[in-house]
Amino acid sequence: MRELRLHGRGGQGTVIASKLLAVALFLEGREVQSFPMFGVERRGSPVTAFLRVDDEPLKLRCEIQQPDELIVLDPTLIGTTDITTGLKTGGRILINTDLAPEDFPQLLEKAHVSTIDASGIAVRHGLGGRAQPIVNTAILGAYAADTGLITMASMINAIREEVPVQIDANIAAATEAMSAVRHAPMGTIVAREAAHA
Amino acid sequence: MKKVMVGNHAVAWGVRLARVEVISAYPITPQTQVVEKLSEMCADGTLPARFIKVESEHSAMAAVIGASATGVRAFTASSSHGLLYMHEMLHWAGGARLPIVMVDVNRAVGAPWNIWTDQNDSLSQRDTGWVQLYCETNQEVVDTTIMAFKLAETLDVPVMLMLDGFYLSHTAEPVDVPDQEMVDRFLPKRAASYKLDVESPHAFGALVKPDAYMEMRFLQQEALQQVPQTLAAIEKDWQRMFGRSYGALEAYRADDAELLLVTSGTVTSTARAVVDARRAAGERVGLLKMKMFRPFPTALLRDALRGVPRVAVLDRNISPGHGGIFAEELRSALYDIPDAERPELFGFVLGLGGRDITPAVIDEVIEKTRAGVVPSREDLWVGVNP
Repeated sequence: MRELRLHGRGGQGTVIASKLLAVALFLEGREVQSFPMFGVERRGSPVTAFLRVDDEPLKLRCEIQQPDELIVLDPTLIGTTDITTGLKTGGRILINTDLAPEDFPQLLEKAHVSTIDASGIAVRHGLGGRAQPIVNTAILGAYAADTGLITMASMINAIREEVPVQIDANIAAATEAMSAVRHAPMGTIVAREAAHA
Repeated sequence: MKKVMVGNHAVAWGVRLARVEVISAYPITPQTQVVEKLSEMCADGTLPARFIKVESEHSAMAAVIGASATGVRAFTASSSHGLLYMHEMLHWAGGARLPIVMVDVNRAVGAPWNIWTDQNDSLSQRDTGWVQLYCETNQEVVDTTIMAFKLAETLDVPVMLMLDGFYLSHTAEPVDVPDQEMVDRFLPKRAASYKLDVESPHAFGALVKPDAYMEMRFLQQEALQQVPQTLAAIEKDWQRMFGRSYGALEAYRADDAELLLVTSGTVTSTARAVVDARRAAGERVGLLKMKMFRPFPTALLRDALRGVPRVAVLDRNISPGHGGIFAEELRSALYDIPDAERPELFGFVLGLGGRDITPAVIDEVIEKTRAGVVPSREDLWVGVNP
């Protein structure tokens, strides 16, 4: 079983992202369960969503305390909230940012880090406004490429099933993100510093 | 057709497939998506039902009572304070023997103000003459919604089915949506045994004097007592057509168990994972899921629990001043079992107001039961901060 936690802000499509990802994984033949952090959501406030995926039927029905992976839709959450709480050592973090994975040395100490400029891609494809782009399909394209868990065909089918508007723009954003994701394995910075010493 | 959907939408799909004719409901968290989805389906014509907008839950239940009395299939849904606002009308639907189906998305009752899950809303309606069925998965929700109409219309009793707020209502998972033509064969149009009819006018709801009131209550009680066997027959048909069944009770890895957990709702799923882990470690721990709470399946429970050394009841509810409600009713049901075969029963109160029930919480229940902790009171609270 793989457990994911998604962090975003109200209005970015975080809960929809967890549902879309669940549909895409389901189309790959997997058992899935996705749910929001149970509470009251407001535009701009931190939003958390969860996803479980397995090849066997899922049994647990409680919140995810120790995720294997994080997807961060809003980089301003890093530093203002402890997004890595409970993240398993050696887990993965995918961040929406125009920075490189190596720009997150503290995260690289305990996790593999990937980055994607999902906001830039969303804006280019007219998804949401420049001040608040809707980044969920772009970051999921990056997730598909980064993990190899989902084919582009399933991602596109999931978008067609779940996204009510701008379907072509969302597919284009996900496709562009697939080839733009950058990755650095855990310990990257530590290794580089050791070489300098 | 398999689709990934939240529990609230599973309800709406069940209602649509059952070809409900009248819906009246008022939105309330966490049930709101049920009303949203059904009104969408009514607006776009995929569900050709009359959707009656009302100003309150009391009126919603009154509207479906009126609709059901005319012989049509009627549905409503609510949660927590909304359900409580229906209370007077719930008694009426039960006593008038109207086969209404309603969904209650379980939500705690204020004060203190809370939107998260527990069972106190529906359990406080246990004496209103409604069948109560608690669901564990979104698949069970869609299947039970359809079966509930068949059960209700077979015995002329209203049926309330429950799903845990957020843990099912807002959780997306794959659901095999039953085929409409097969559902039509399983559940034909309602054939009411009596109804309001302008062609054949009769008075409904007349004053019933002491010489007949008790007989009508007796008939209601007899109908409710037929629910376990009627539901079993309905589930047999469902199993044959759709390959799934649930049971009023379900024993999970309960053979030769020294300790049985008794659960209802979504905590059952997490408890299954805990039971699997315990069994893998060679421990004789099993589970009994109680789907049916009203009528109380006394005979089935006695059969399932007779001779089990220890039973731990997990109650996501509390009768203040008494204890967990499932545990108290279960204790009473087991009273007539001879001493040598009667389980030792431990009642645990947990998960109130949406407090998460994790495997660690269930492990604590097992350890306390195994240690034979006898509380100074009859309820053991788990997960309460000192």
